[in-house]
Amino acid sequence: MADAAYDPHATSGGARRLSAKVIVYGFLLLFAAYYVLPLLVILMNSFRDLEEISKLGLIGLPRSFSLEHWASAWSSFCVGGTCKGISPNFYNSLYMTVPATIVSTLLGAINGYILSKWRFPGAGFIFAAVTIGVFLPGQMVLLPWAFVLGKLGLTNTLEGLMLVHTIQGLSFTTLFCRNYYVSIPDDLIKAARIDGAGFWRIFFRIILPLSPPILIVTVIWQFTGIWNEFLFGVVFSSGSQQPITAALIALSSAGTSVHQYNVEAAAVLIAALPTLLIYFFGGRWFVRGLTQGAIK
Amino acid sequence: MSSLTISNLSKRYGAVEVLDGIDLAAEAGEFIVLVGPSGCGKSTLLALIAGLETITSGEIRIGERVVNNVPPKDRDIAMVFQSYALYPTMTVRQNITFGMESRGVPKAEQNEAVARVASLLQIEPLLKRKPSQLSGGQRQRVAMGRALVRDPLLFLFDEPLSNLDAKLRVEMRTEIKKLYRTLGKTTVYVTHDQIEAMTLATRIAVMYQGRLQQFDRPKVIYEKPANMFVAGFMGSPSMNFLDVETFADNGRASLALGNELMLPVPDAADLTPGRKLVLGLRPEHLAHANGDDLPSLPARVEVVEPTGAETIVILKLGDHEVTARFDPDGAPAEGEIIDLAVAINKACLFDPETGLRL
Repeated sequence: MADAAYDPHATSGGARRLSAKVIVYGFLLLFAAYYVLPLLVILMNSFRDLEEISKLGLIGLPRSFSLEHWASAWSSFCVGGTCKGISPNFYNSLYMTVPATIVSTLLGAINGYILSKWRFPGAGFIFAAVTIGVFLPGQMVLLPWAFVLGKLGLTNTLEGLMLVHTIQGLSFTTLFCRNYYVSIPDDLIKAARIDGAGFWRIFFRIILPLSPPILIVTVIWQFTGIWNEFLFGVVFSSGSQQPITAALIALSSAGTSVHQYNVEAAAVLIAALPTLLIYFFGGRWFVRGLTQGAIK
Repeated sequence: MSSLTISNLSKRYGAVEVLDGIDLAAEAGEFIVLVGPSGCGKSTLLALIAGLETITSGEIRIGERVVNNVPPKDRDIAMVFQSYALYPTMTVRQNITFGMESRGVPKAEQNEAVARVASLLQIEPLLKRKPSQLSGGQRQRVAMGRALVRDPLLFLFDEPLSNLDAKLRVEMRTEIKKLYRTLGKTTVYVTHDQIEAMTLATRIAVMYQGRLQQFDRPKVIYEKPANMFVAGFMGSPSMNFLDVETFADNGRASLALGNELMLPVPDAADLTPGRKLVLGLRPEHLAHANGDDLPSLPARVEVVEPTGAETIVILKLGDHEVTARFDPDGAPAEGEIIDLAVAINKACLFDPETGLRL
């Protein structure tokens, strides 16, 4: 490393630069705290005794420490009459989210590939029709979905929710993938067609290998969206078929009049864990994928 | 035997006529260059030959077969794109073998073909690299390799050199010509660069506004352009166009340029007096008068532009501005008035109404 070279544009000495840095970092810390504090409060409450919480209030450093509320939330707390904690609902959510994420992402990629590279008369209209789903409020589709699920015999099943999330997600995944594929040069497709490759060979050998940035974005988006989704979960399922978001409500309104704040806090954190992990490990790629254009 | 025959071909996008009534035939082993300004329809014509676009009416034959409705992969063609269109995630070798893989060519045969093409284009050291690790010239070679590996009836080139810098472009141009000499394959080559057209083609098809203006050998295109567009497009600096009027000068047909400047009519063309025409003079057909038989006119030197090998001189000839090409040693100085000899028998006369050469 070379020493800092003389910079004629630098107008002041070290002290002034230091104070500027202090101000900048001070602001950054303030805003970081603003967003992280609720998480911290919940985290601390998950370790505290109920007695301590009710005496000293929800906000405060833990004076007692115990992991038993986590264990209780996971496997023994009574929700809606059964005392297995929220672990069954956690698995429900996994069972529902993983296939819905994979299928909606793949279908979105294929849709995007067709709408950008195999344009047909009316493609623009279909694209507009698909993406309008992005802007429709969930409440609007509740009745139609209830009707469809009833007809298909999927009322109050996880498979039904899987279907709802897959279809609802297509608007986003199609939009993401189509906009990404538009920037892949058409000449690649033409060259491949002359080379003798067909629709699927071009998709699997040329388009998909170029897709990781947008597929990562889509998977993260879909996983967090479906995992955290509440409205469909609470409307279309009940009891043992509920995903974890719906179960959290059932848990906080469970029979007894006393709120088990510590167990509820642990349950909320358990519910948030998968999406938090995805954010920590995939967030970098998410930002990169959103800002990255196609590859020359 | 002709290996490409295009008859009465038209292409419309909705109401927009992109190509209109194109007739063109290439003999086996010919190098046809489609040239014209951007938007003239040359790239569309190539896409129609390749089968990447569907034709509106007319017929395309490759070899003896009508291919109007044959998909690109079954037309027995290979194409090099302006953008090279190399598959970014594949190595050079995979780029070259992708077509054979799609057509189900056995592995051993694929390896043989890659080896042959790689040594022909001297790209053996690049086979394991990705396109992003190659320079522009190397990408160009790989794109050609991908086409050459196929041994097709017809090679199609879509402005393959326009993304290269000037020096490399000239080198690759020579290389393409050598390659063509070696392989002798029928080739259709699209460019907007008239020098590429002149240097490479056995025949040039000049296109403008969706129509074929002229289709002939480079020498004919240059010396006997069919109309003012072809005359102006081919050649750099461009041909000078001067408005003239015919009149009878002591029984000899002459051309008046205004300001009492006059020239004899080239080749004693039979022209009625009082007719308005356009006289086309190439820059190299203007020179210092040196006492030979050529007619000459007084001209004022306005601008002198030395390029090294030659010096371009802009002169004022009456009201007209003309460009002339001089040897650097004999070039006049700015402000000088010189006696400008006109090689009138090499000049072209055009009808200003139709633009056609007389």
